[in-house]
Amino acid sequence: MNESAHELQARALAQLDSIWDDAKLEEWRVEYIGRKGAVNALFEQISALPQAERGAFGKDANQVKTALENAFHAREGAIKQRNLSEALEAEPLDVTLPGRRPQRGRLHPATQTLREIYKIFGEMGFQVYRTRQVESDLVNFQLLNIPEHHPARDNWSTFYVAGTDQRVLLRPHTSPGQIRAMREMFPNPVRAILPGMCYRYEQISARYEIQFNQVEGIVVGHNITFGDLKGTLTEFARRMFGERPVRFFADHFPFTEPSAQMDVKCIICEGAGCALCKHTGWLEILGSGMVHPDVLRNGGYDPDVWSGFAFGMGPERITMLKHGITDIRYFWGNDLRFLEQF
Amino acid sequence: MKVPVSWLKDFVDITLPIDQLAEKLTFAGLEVENIEYIGVAAPANAVGKNGALAWDREKIFVGQLVQAMPHPNADRLTIVRVDYGRGEAVQMVTGAPNISVGDSGQKVVLALEGSRLYDGHKEGREIMTLKKSKIRGVESASMVCSEKELGISEEHEGIIILPDDAPVGTPLADYLGDVILDIKINPNFARAQSVLGVARELAALTEQTVRLPQSWDTREVGVPATDFVNIEITDAKLCLRFAALLIRNVEIKPSPYWMQQRLLRAGMRPINNVVDITNYVMLGYGKPLHAFDYDSLVRRARGNRPTITVRAARNGEQMQTLDGQTRTFSSHDILVTDAQGPVGIGGIMGGSETEVSDSTKNILLESAIFDFISIRRTTAEQKLPSEAATRFGRGIPPSQNVAPARLAAELMRELAGGSVAPALADNYPAPQVIPTIDVTTRDVKRILGIELSTAEIAQILKRLDFEIEAQDENSLRVKPPDYRTDVDGTDDVLEEIITIHGYEKIPSTLIADALPPLIGNRALEQEEEARDILIEAGLQEIVTYSFTNPAHEAQLSAHPNEQDTPFPLPARPYVTIENPISEDRSVLRQTLLPNMLDIAASNLRAASLRNTPRAAMFEVGAVFLTRRQGETEEGDLAQDQEFALPLEPRRLALILSGPRAEKTWQMTRHHTKEHDSKPEESPEMMRQADETPMDFFDLKGIVEDLLAGLHINDAQFAPISHPMFHPGRAATLRLGEENVGVLGELYPLVREKWELPNQAVLVGEFDLEAILAHTQERYIVKPISRYPVIVQDIALIVDENIEAARVEMLIRQTGGALLNNVRLFDVYRGAPLPPEKKSLAYTLTFQALDHVLSDSDAAKVRERIVRRLEREVGATLRSG
Ligand SMILES: [Zn+2]
Repeated sequence: MNESAHELQARALAQLDSIWDDAKLEEWRVEYIGRKGAVNALFEQISALPQAERGAFGKDANQVKTALENAFHAREGAIKQRNLSEALEAEPLDVTLPGRRPQRGRLHPATQTLREIYKIFGEMGFQVYRTRQVESDLVNFQLLNIPEHHPARDNWSTFYVAGTDQRVLLRPHTSPGQIRAMREMFPNPVRAILPGMCYRYEQISARYEIQFNQVEGIVVGHNITFGDLKGTLTEFARRMFGERPVRFFADHFPFTEPSAQMDVKCIICEGAGCALCKHTGWLEILGSGMVHPDVLRNGGYDPDVWSGFAFGMGPERITMLKHGITDIRYFWGNDLRFLEQF
Repeated sequence: MKVPVSWLKDFVDITLPIDQLAEKLTFAGLEVENIEYIGVAAPANAVGKNGALAWDREKIFVGQLVQAMPHPNADRLTIVRVDYGRGEAVQMVTGAPNISVGDSGQKVVLALEGSRLYDGHKEGREIMTLKKSKIRGVESASMVCSEKELGISEEHEGIIILPDDAPVGTPLADYLGDVILDIKINPNFARAQSVLGVARELAALTEQTVRLPQSWDTREVGVPATDFVNIEITDAKLCLRFAALLIRNVEIKPSPYWMQQRLLRAGMRPINNVVDITNYVMLGYGKPLHAFDYDSLVRRARGNRPTITVRAARNGEQMQTLDGQTRTFSSHDILVTDAQGPVGIGGIMGGSETEVSDSTKNILLESAIFDFISIRRTTAEQKLPSEAATRFGRGIPPSQNVAPARLAAELMRELAGGSVAPALADNYPAPQVIPTIDVTTRDVKRILGIELSTAEIAQILKRLDFEIEAQDENSLRVKPPDYRTDVDGTDDVLEEIITIHGYEKIPSTLIADALPPLIGNRALEQEEEARDILIEAGLQEIVTYSFTNPAHEAQLSAHPNEQDTPFPLPARPYVTIENPISEDRSVLRQTLLPNMLDIAASNLRAASLRNTPRAAMFEVGAVFLTRRQGETEEGDLAQDQEFALPLEPRRLALILSGPRAEKTWQMTRHHTKEHDSKPEESPEMMRQADETPMDFFDLKGIVEDLLAGLHINDAQFAPISHPMFHPGRAATLRLGEENVGVLGELYPLVREKWELPNQAVLVGEFDLEAILAHTQERYIVKPISRYPVIVQDIALIVDENIEAARVEMLIRQTGGALLNNVRLFDVYRGAPLPPEKKSLAYTLTFQALDHVLSDSDAAKVRERIVRRLEREVGATLRSG
């Protein structure tokens, strides 16, 4: 009968091998390892055996029991796994269907660039100081060394406020902020950027808008040199446009002297010439210069003791250069198809 | 300003390739905006507009007509033989009307077979290659050219007849080829408004000396009264100098070819020799001149010596200018007059009665310096911009008045056969003062950041014609040349030094100076924080124009009425633009919403075509409010005129419309499989877009979210009736005692004015500064309880007019510290409730911070709440 324990095990395992569903597995369990199953029947035979054979037989029967129980659990797990896989595989997703995107808002691109500028200059110790948009002729022009009817005024096509005899105007540049910032901060040194909306009387076109942001910068201190201007603005360009050459050359503003324009090597053609840089290989980024002694004086600072530099740039223009935008009207057009791309 | 390089060469040598030369000028502040190539090849990378056709040096020459013979088969054609100094003359057929049978000796442009030319018979500029052909039976391989064929002008009537002295056999490119620099002249570069002026800059940059005409003398000063004219100046401020020369017996005729070419290339049309000469001197030497018909001046003086008086105009004084218009003047205009009245507007335009005509014999040539401010004003008022007015309007040094006039007189003698009276009539009441300026090595170090010795500084300034006197080893005393009035301070001299020394040679440094105190800008930081909260809430930021017009803003009210203009409706006089670009942008906005609604409407229109008509946007920006008596604003300067400037408070406005979420695709599935034992639903079944239209509470939720994000916790919303809003769907936001803005559903009539889609449009506008003033510098975070919560629902029936906010406030007040949270989960009206009643259902969460709360503790609090609500708002518990 010893033989039959092993035979039983072989038969049971062979049968189990082809079982892949829960009901059949249950039948198998009842048949072999259930309370009235074949294994328990083996144990019932023990008492009928001679004393000497009982030990060995019992040991065999126990082995068979353990083997079948283990096989049962293994198969039970395998069936569960196979069922799960089948169920999961039954309804695959088309992963190329479009995703459902959350309702998300974005900052206007002008705000995004302004923030980038704030950040770069902020890390260089500049504070942001916002000044007014509707200005007096005095602060916008005269205190910036641009007397009435001066030819330099040709550079600013200005909107005037009616009924003020042209004493009040919409600032055409952020430079009047220089005077306001200096007067606010005197007698401390100044290191500030002055962002905000400016207005010019223009025919609106792809290149010109009647309103635009500018960011003015002003530094006043002891021993501030043109070298500091170059160093500071070169660092700004590196942070804003990446590691690329810059160049400074003569420009003119009545409120700075000497004055300089800063260009960066074209970000599209790297200098070879393309439509963006009008085939010059360079992109104009900002105007700058050493603060004119009269302007320092108008801000409250003695030009024999203090010196400083100032600069101005257009965030929209910078945004356009960085993203290949060719029409400035997109900015205040606020078409979501434009805004959503930032 | 167009500067022909061929003309520049009169004054300086061109030692650099054109593109390098252009770059050098640009870097020195004379921005070369464009380079035009005429007949010469542009560099491969050139930007030139007209660089297409270079005249082949081997094929296109200056030629001379040897013979012109009749064409055997055509009356209109001529057979010509042209010599170009190389072997036998070339024969060809021409139809040029300015060549007649029998002509010979004219200098012409000869193009040989294979030349590339512009096709004279085609519109525009089309290149063709000259080929051998038979013209009415006569073979012809070459051509005598018109200006159009060479690309010089559009002229194709006749062929070019070159001056008699044109050198036969010279390649045309060498004789007529040119490069034209188009230079943008900044207002501070008045000195460079001529070919000579640009040449001076170039000379300094390339270490050359300018070649001046032999007769050039800027020191000549004459006398006010000569035998031919008497000059009076009433106010030396208006006219700094007035000189005149008399040229007798001129013959008015066209000017010579070379002069016409120079004028054309510099952008002016030739007229006649006398006018051309004045223009030539202006373009070449920067001094506008005016030629009078002298005899008409004498006639007006009844045969006597004319007296020219320069004076301010009398108000209402009139004159017919030479453009035929009668103009009226006022007291700030400068007139050139004689005994009979005005004969010219100083520096701008002459009078028609004394203008040079074809019959003019004697010329009084005026050269004067007028107050540039007055010139600018008159130019603008009379709408008479011109090359002369531009130059006058930027200022011309009085020392530069006579030498160009002498040059012009000399040209009139040469080219118009006149004789020049030697006397110079010259009234010079306020001689030009040349400033003396000190510049030290310390100045250079302090401002430019570089070490230059006085010798180096002197060397640079000498190149710019400065007179230099050494003071000591560290300082110089310098005088700018007489042709410059723009240099009068040390800072100006430093600018000259850096320009010549080179900006690139200044080393870049980082600011070593002390950092100013870092005071920060809390208002701006908070504004940025508000923006961040709003974009996190799903709103798109927009930025709209500050300009609008009053009618546009008035539309915000459903029933416009000047007496009823609650915030944010415009309630003050507008900041009106004197020179608006259009009527719809004539004032500055007093509210953000109207321009924003334009943007919402256009986006919704576009969106309804492609997807969901949904808008969720905000703007942060200034509005402009005319000040009332005594109103001040942060940042005002201590100056009276600040009161003329409007207040510029910052506002926040929001617009919501359409479904809560964009439409998205959905999957529907029929489950056919009998065993459906999936462990979970597939993800695409779980999430579906919430297409419920947004309503008042979506907007309010965003405002609440903003306030919570800014840690403002004293907010209250109170119902209002407002002409912008749907009745019963609007609220004011109160912070403490202050109303800081409004929100609600747009009145349908208002919505229609903006042609918005037929769905609720929720808008709000807030005084952002007032909101931000309520933020806390710091806020306290509450501890979290470790003990279990007890959750109880409560449904209350109240009268319709009882505000939910009041009910909730009472619940919270009564619940005290143990009531951890109150959440409204249902508002119900209708059966079985009686009309005029509603049920509000809340989930109350009770929890203690320091012990386990028992059910009876919670029940006691709940009971207190119910009784309080019964008492105060007549609430009853809804059973079931
Ligand atoms: Zn490029």
